Amino acid sequence: MQPVATTFFFYFLALVTVISGVLVITRRNPVHSALALILALLGQAGLYLMLYAPFVAGVQIILYAGGIMVLFLFVIMLVSIERAQKEEQFNNMWVVGVLAALVLGGLFTGVYVKGRDLFAGREIALPEQSNTQQIAVLLYGNYMFAFEIASLLLLVAIIGAVVMAKKRI
Amino acid sequence: MIEYITSYLKSDTTPGQAGNFLWAFIYILLIFLGLSVAVIAMNWLERKILAHMQVRLGPMRVGPHGLLQPIADAIKLLIKEDIMPSESDPFVFWTAPLIVVLTAFTVFIVVPFGPTHAVTDMNIGVLFMLGVSSLSVLGVVMAGWASNSHYPLMGALRSSAQMVSYEIAMGLAVISAVLMTSFNPSGTGTLSMIGIVQAQEAQSTWFIFKFFPLGLIAFFVFAVAMVAETNRAPFDLPEAESELTAGFHTEYSGFRWSLFFLAEYSAMIAVSSIAVTLWLGGWLRPFPHWLSGETWDLVFSLFPGLTFLAMAGLTFYSVARMPKHPYFRAQTMGLAGFGALLGLIGLVLFAPLVRDRVQDIYWFAAKVAGFMYLYIWYRGTFPRYRFDQLMKVGWKILLPIGLGVLIVTAILGIAL
Repeated sequence: MQPVATTFFFYFLALVTVISGVLVITRRNPVHSALALILALLGQAGLYLMLYAPFVAGVQIILYAGGIMVLFLFVIMLVSIERAQKEEQFNNMWVVGVLAALVLGGLFTGVYVKGRDLFAGREIALPEQSNTQQIAVLLYGNYMFAFEIASLLLLVAIIGAVVMAKKRI
Repeated sequence: MIEYITSYLKSDTTPGQAGNFLWAFIYILLIFLGLSVAVIAMNWLERKILAHMQVRLGPMRVGPHGLLQPIADAIKLLIKEDIMPSESDPFVFWTAPLIVVLTAFTVFIVVPFGPTHAVTDMNIGVLFMLGVSSLSVLGVVMAGWASNSHYPLMGALRSSAQMVSYEIAMGLAVISAVLMTSFNPSGTGTLSMIGIVQAQEAQSTWFIFKFFPLGLIAFFVFAVAMVAETNRAPFDLPEAESELTAGFHTEYSGFRWSLFFLAEYSAMIAVSSIAVTLWLGGWLRPFPHWLSGETWDLVFSLFPGLTFLAMAGLTFYSVARMPKHPYFRAQTMGLAGFGALLGLIGLVLFAPLVRDRVQDIYWFAAKVAGFMYLYIWYRGTFPRYRFDQLMKVGWKILLPIGLGVLIVTAILGIAL
């Protein structure tokens, strides 16, 4: 089936992602920020779908929107909102922030202007139907070692968290 | 126009794959309608069956045998005052029930009621269903937090902890079923809901009976986890009425509360249809290989009509048993009319063209209905878990079993 109204959906999802991204950093209430972040992640999942990567989109929804953000909310809900809203932001690092934003913006503009030359001839037609299989072949074939190292790293992090949280094991 | 419709009736793909927007829209409407009817029926059945389990009569006043009770309840909920606590967070309070309902209904896009009876067939079907239904916990958490009250917050905390814990066991059970789809000559599995049922057809066994106790154990893990995921007894701690009044939806009333109710029941149907698709052969009729042939096909295709005729017979038996007092005349006639409607539907289902087309939907719905009965049965028989027991079951029993089943399935798959 041919894709329909591709440009419309791209700009729609991009707008959703950017607006909710801005809301994440401007809302004073941390729960509202977390909810905006979930919306941003969902918009990103939609963008993955448009790139013919349904598996990545599904994993994004399950892991980030459904798993990690629920844990975020779980912690944030226990914070007293009234007190948190009255508190001053204590990290006065706007010089570094502006500098980082300028560098990142410059990078984005550079890629936007020269993007065609940088990534020329790399347009691979990824069939949607075998996306999951291709990811599996890459993860458990070519990049097996890197994949296992990454999972080992996560295991170390889990054990570390348990050791730090529990007094007696 | 008529040719257009008949040509579609013979199509062998889903409307989503064919890119047919009109048919996809009709399918969505039909599924929405069917779900609403199923939720209404479940509401009545749950109260009746629970009542009979506890040697009570259940609703008897509104309509014959309380048949109109759900409709009366719905009208009551619609005209009830909608209260919002003054200290609540209005926007979050307002969106929480919407999110719960949206996620509960969206998953039905990929549910395969038959080889062609699904809105669309996604390449990542199971992943999509699990992902979208895992979003429903967000609505629960938002509802609990936005109410700005103690009991809802406790309910929301319990709910998020419970969902995150049981999702892992559920995922492991699902992976072992998805792994079974890859045991074919090409060695490629599939995540698509239709593909999974076709794999069971090709391997001529339901995955619950594959590698005998293994499939059954994985199914058991899923069956326990899915009750916990839908917040139903014995895992209904987020809304434990004896401890938290009504848990996360304590502060909701009227229409918003009814949205939570609707979402709970359609989520139950959604997870049951995942279980049916993964382990119980989806739309496949019983014994498609052992009892194959023209005659058996005919016999099994008569089942939908016979079921409706049996229901009509039961209704007419109740009509005969209605009290003869003139006060009950209207109720008796209404019940007889309902029975006649059921009988008429049954007769229509015997027509050859309809029969062939409806069979798949019937077997799928019958299996899901079995799960719905189990849900009511659990609620009638099991006492509620304590929270530490709940965590223990999730992390120390279901998770290791799920991991073990996955590893043994993988080993057997390589060895065979």
